[in-house]
Amino acid sequence: MPSRRRALLILIALCLLALASFWAALAAGSVAVAAGDVAAALLGRDAPGAEVILQLRLPRALAGFACGGLLALAGALMQVLLRNPLADPYVLGISGGAGVGALAAILLGLPVLGIDGLAFAGALGAMLLVFGLAHGDGSWTQTRLLLTGVIVAAGCGALVALMLSLAPESKLRGMLFWLMGDLGQVLEWWPPLLALVVALGLAMPFARELNLLSRGLQQAQALGVAVGRLRYAVFLLASLATASSVTAAGSIGFVGLVVPHLVRLAAGNDQRLLLPASVLAGGALLVLADTLARTVIAPQQLPVGVLTALIGVPVFLFLLSRQPR
Amino acid sequence: MTAPLLEARGLKVAVGGRTVVDGLDLALFAGQSLAILGRNGAGKSTLLSTLAGLWAPAAGEVRLGGEPYAALPPREAARRRAWLGQVQADPFSAGVLETVLTGRHPHLGRWQWESSEDARIAREALAAVGLTGMEEREVQTLSGGERQRVAIATLLAQAAGLYLLDEPLSHLDLNHQMAVLELFAGAARDCGAGVVMVLHDPGLAHRYCDRVLLVGGDGGTELGSADDMLTADRLSRLYGYRLRLVEADGRRCFIPE
Repeated sequence: MPSRRRALLILIALCLLALASFWAALAAGSVAVAAGDVAAALLGRDAPGAEVILQLRLPRALAGFACGGLLALAGALMQVLLRNPLADPYVLGISGGAGVGALAAILLGLPVLGIDGLAFAGALGAMLLVFGLAHGDGSWTQTRLLLTGVIVAAGCGALVALMLSLAPESKLRGMLFWLMGDLGQVLEWWPPLLALVVALGLAMPFARELNLLSRGLQQAQALGVAVGRLRYAVFLLASLATASSVTAAGSIGFVGLVVPHLVRLAAGNDQRLLLPASVLAGGALLVLADTLARTVIAPQQLPVGVLTALIGVPVFLFLLSRQPR
Repeated sequence: MTAPLLEARGLKVAVGGRTVVDGLDLALFAGQSLAILGRNGAGKSTLLSTLAGLWAPAAGEVRLGGEPYAALPPREAARRRAWLGQVQADPFSAGVLETVLTGRHPHLGRWQWESSEDARIAREALAAVGLTGMEEREVQTLSGGERQRVAIATLLAQAAGLYLLDEPLSHLDLNHQMAVLELFAGAARDCGAGVVMVLHDPGLAHRYCDRVLLVGGDGGTELGSADDMLTADRLSRLYGYRLRLVEADGRRCFIPE
């Protein structure tokens, strides 16, 4: 368990990392902007590239940070809820449901707002379905929850594959980009950011209870945690956080799985530090990955989900291989 | 007269659609200790969970210090009773001291961090189970017996007046079995703690507990003093195996025929 002082130092370091990621996101791109001009643009002065920075890059970086933070937070919460280090925000089918909604909207030719609306509706539908089926007889164990989620996710995956195979060529690219996750499709930057602030604010007061929950339901209950209510709350919070992120930017992979693990490796498993640190690290990672996605083969843009997965897979395999056994 | 630390009234416990305990009345006062004995699957653990408020009774009620669980906020209940489960699972890595400090949870406010006083209590608890110097070890690297002692230290750090112990001796070697039993006997004698433990050795139950509850598994229970309950006849019936009683220096030992 980290001391409060050490926790603060780690959080400050991660804040600096997040700031650095923003700096990179604002300065880099098809039009490179000098450091002095970035600062000038942020301060509202007229500078070369100011419009690009304020109108395009800043909103995109903010949305990216929010989505990365939401995914990392949701991943950390899911891992506690399922007491399974391999859980991620999508394990319970939230992204599958959103995918079905979003692809249906694209197939129907709806505008971006309609895609977001149906994606969110699909995410909520999957969440309610999993909750209803897993909770059905009140047993609602981790295994039952996990199995139900995995099965619902598999069902959604089949629907997604079906729609992809039926879709006309002209719509395939948009559908694939949505599925891989892409910050270019973010409509407004503030809804995910607001969701992030609210979700973290709601989770933090319960951080120590989450520590106990991760060790076992009965132990937690015996130590004074209202386990039943807390599990409902964590399920809802993690699901809504995931839904907010997926709605805004599609199902960006691996941030939610890898970031909590990276933080756990560096700073331990105390949720009081793990949750805010995951938010900062997840946000920073996604902003950096998106900056890369915009610049590696500019002017063409890659979907950011491809980059997070490309970074995430080797990191995760490395972590797995060095677990002491 | 003060209320008993633990009281069961007309308690009925069912698990998997089967009634394992029916109509149990029980009161445990400060300084008393009770052993629960029975065959595998007789419902000892479920009964203990019910007494700990972790499993809802099918009928009747359990009171802690005179108040039913329904009227107690979980944190208040956690300051009154500590429960040791059979399984210590650690899906995530954690340090030994960190694990023991979780016992302090019911004593800390929502935004409070563990203080140096809490750390002192946790270190004392580790010393009491002979784990001094292991504070920074990862629990996942401990042996079964060491992990069990960490769980017991966590219980001590919780500093509740009532201990509900489900097979506290599992995984422990002989000297640590005796040390743990002495530890809780001391807590009952010196600090007025109440102790309820599920045990498998009737000899140790006789030596360390004032009273014994025999759980038949069919709903029937027998409660009485250790001397009355722990006889060759009763235990042979309970376990369905012929046992012979050997007494030495007032201590009892039961030998399978």
